[in-house]
Amino acid sequence: MGAYIVKRLISAIPVLLGITVIVFAIMALIPGDPATAILGSYATPENVERLNRDLGLDRPAWQRYFVWLANMLQGEFGRSFRLNRPVIDEVLERFNATLILAGTSFVLCTIFGILAGTVSAARQYGWADKAITFAVLLGISIPSFFLGMMMILIFAVNLQWLPVSGMYAIYGGGDLPDLLWHLIMPATALAVVATGVVARLSRSAMLEVLRQDFIRTARAKGVPERRVIWRHALKAAMVSIIPVLGIQAGFVLSGAVYIEIVFQWPGIGRMLVDAILTRDILLVQGGVVFVAACYVLFNIVVDVAQALLDPRIKT
Amino acid sequence: MSFLRRLSRNRLGLLGLIVLFVVVLLALVTPILPLQDPNATETADRFLRPFSEGHLLGTDHLGRDLLSRLLWGTRLSLTVGFAAAVIAATIGAAIGIVAGYFGGTTDNVIMRGVDMLMAFPYILLALAIVAALGPGLLNALIAVAAVNVPFFARNIRGITVGLAHKEWVDAARLSGMGHARIILSEILPNVVPVIVIAMSTTVGWMILETAGLSFLGLGSQPPTADLGSMLGEARAALISAPHTSVVPGLMILIVVMSINLLGDGVRDALDPRLRSGALTRPRPATMVSRKSVPKGEGRGILALQDLETQFHVGRRVYRAVGGVSLHVEPGECLGIIGESGSGKSVTALSVMSLVASPPGVITGGAVRYRDRDLVGMRYLDLRHLRGDRIAYIFQDPLATLHPLYRVGDQLTEAIRVHHRVSGREAWDRAIDLLRQVRIPNAAERANSYPHEMSGGMRQRVGIAMALANDPDVIIADEPTTALDVTVQAQVLSILDDLRRDRGLAIVFITHDFGVVAQLCDRVAVMYAGKIVEQGPTHVVLNDPAHPYTRLLIQSVPELGQGRRDLVSISGLPPPVEDLPPGCAFAPRCPKCEPDCTVAPIPMLGSDHHAARCIHPETPLREAAE
Repeated sequence: MGAYIVKRLISAIPVLLGITVIVFAIMALIPGDPATAILGSYATPENVERLNRDLGLDRPAWQRYFVWLANMLQGEFGRSFRLNRPVIDEVLERFNATLILAGTSFVLCTIFGILAGTVSAARQYGWADKAITFAVLLGISIPSFFLGMMMILIFAVNLQWLPVSGMYAIYGGGDLPDLLWHLIMPATALAVVATGVVARLSRSAMLEVLRQDFIRTARAKGVPERRVIWRHALKAAMVSIIPVLGIQAGFVLSGAVYIEIVFQWPGIGRMLVDAILTRDILLVQGGVVFVAACYVLFNIVVDVAQALLDPRIKT
Repeated sequence: MSFLRRLSRNRLGLLGLIVLFVVVLLALVTPILPLQDPNATETADRFLRPFSEGHLLGTDHLGRDLLSRLLWGTRLSLTVGFAAAVIAATIGAAIGIVAGYFGGTTDNVIMRGVDMLMAFPYILLALAIVAALGPGLLNALIAVAAVNVPFFARNIRGITVGLAHKEWVDAARLSGMGHARIILSEILPNVVPVIVIAMSTTVGWMILETAGLSFLGLGSQPPTADLGSMLGEARAALISAPHTSVVPGLMILIVVMSINLLGDGVRDALDPRLRSGALTRPRPATMVSRKSVPKGEGRGILALQDLETQFHVGRRVYRAVGGVSLHVEPGECLGIIGESGSGKSVTALSVMSLVASPPGVITGGAVRYRDRDLVGMRYLDLRHLRGDRIAYIFQDPLATLHPLYRVGDQLTEAIRVHHRVSGREAWDRAIDLLRQVRIPNAAERANSYPHEMSGGMRQRVGIAMALANDPDVIIADEPTTALDVTVQAQVLSILDDLRRDRGLAIVFITHDFGVVAQLCDRVAVMYAGKIVEQGPTHVVLNDPAHPYTRLLIQSVPELGQGRRDLVSISGLPPPVEDLPPGCAFAPRCPKCEPDCTVAPIPMLGSDHHAARCIHPETPLREAAE
């Protein structure tokens, strides 16, 4: 297993490089002169030229890429001109908040998605199946930002059960219960779509597996039906559910941006939107590369989980 | 067209279609509707509630008419969403076709790039593109289309790879057609339906995503508004004027949901597996629907009395088992022999209600085990007997053993679902069982997964599992068919020993007369769901009464007997949904007489040897010897 993890890590290197190339290429598309964008339109030509030289912008694109890449490998992502702060510090701080939000949502969508899909398959065409199928359809059709806004209206404004927004209470907060308290609504709103997708896939994967011969063998052995469903069938279905969980992880990680805006959550998505609107290019670049790299690494975790589950995968 | 008929039968899909039609129609006629100017501000009329004078849905923070803005916004959102879908599908399909058609390095390079794009979390890539191009609806459209290109490219490539090696494509290439012409005339027409289905499942997403970018302020810019930016602008007044948020939000929900409903309907209508019932969950026990239960006690330890099992698929009824009576005594081995499709496996599975249901239904007869009827028995009682008193050995143990559990665990489980023993104890017993079926290094092999074992070893595991609880009856469904001859002989001798040592009753299903001769005391021959001959093995083999049995025996090559004319039986067994009134074998029978096809033929002869034939090959005596 150790060798397999190393192998997967090595195979992630070209993907990570590819990501940096894509991000660099997209950013190179930016029309106009970045130095002018930074200094404003009243800058003198001398100043623009000097900044261009300082930023290395007078060199050809491929050289600039390698300089950028080499700097990043040393943890040097540049400075955000708007925040006047190293990009990496800002990104790490914001990513922490996003990770709490997206991580919770990921756990929620995994548990409830698989649960709902399995119950739905086990009770195919029964009322539970119909109710879950309808809820799933509603879940995958509702925009998460609209859902979040409606949740604020209902649970925070009308019922006053939960805080309207933010990560901590302004006065007297800051501990774990306070964080969890603020986390309930945004994490749920973010998890709904992913839960729907996972539930849908779990249902069809389970139905596929329940037709297999080894399920009949389990029944012929006298295994109780509950165990047939939740152990034999679900374990086999997990082989096709796990890859989808990987995709959903990327979805909650990047989809967090809407929720962060709606709930004023100080995450990286909100930072990126602000950076885009203020054209803080280095911050966008650094943030996107960082999040994408984390996602690639997470997918290795998914692959390892898959290999642990399925002994047929050559490790 | 049957597709449209199936779609119209899907009520939710139809609902989606109607709602979507209405919304699209409204969006199309918006410019000619008598609406107010969507951008006309009126500060005096800010935040009017719905149903106000002159403003059906109220007004927003600048006093603009919400109804008008909603319709114009819907129009814009739909246009952008569909445009993004078409662009993504076109570019993605083009990339996918090129990669799939040319293969090799082209394919490798392209798909590597696609994989890179897919390594990005979805929305993050769209954000990066908008960051480069700058906020704006057109740029949002480009971003959303771009992030969906890999999805289409990958799907279409998969299809194209399959098509590129079809005979007709090779033929076109040999006839000197250029690549471009082959792609346009041979590949594209076959790929278009897939593109359309992929679009129908993703267009909802794209509408959501463009709305999302607009919501963030990165899409449509004021004063024009699509649904997303309406929602984004309304957010500031969420608490004081919630209707300004609810109106566009609900509209997005309605549009996306109707598209998803329609998409599901289309997919279901096109999925052949859904129609054939291949995606229905089999119940824990076969459904039973009997008009009457045969009276009387069964002979032997296990007796089937006029057992009938059918498959109900749509309006069709397949009579797989049409009234089978059998019995087996302790220590006896009964063979059931027949061609594939004769109903022998379904008979075997019916004993313990293991026929997949739906579509299987037990429609008549009884199965007596120690005078209890197993058909229609309470599930809990049935489950306690399954694997404990009556156990199965299945064909093809690679498919019948769970691929993700160690064989030791699977054996342990078989013991522990019936007996309260510790895991340790059960594991030791499992190793013991593996030794009994002569698996070398049993203690080590218990830790293996099924895919790590050879076919013969796996089959032994299957036998060990059946023996786990020292059952009274073992039903073996072609346990040796997948094995080579030497392994087959070993497996048979294991079974034979067990029967003699433990007094086990065995029902052995096979299509191989050699195996029957070696192992079985009595044999029953099945044809088209019925038993056509039954008797002691040596009698049936040496002196078959039914012409079918005789022909079946003559079609078996015999080792060491020199060259012999092998007889093949002409024709095919009749379809079990449409059986003839008389003898089912009559159309293929060389000795068929007119009276064979008139009425059902009963079993004639004695308890000892009987056949379902009125013109038997040898006279059947009425009384037992």
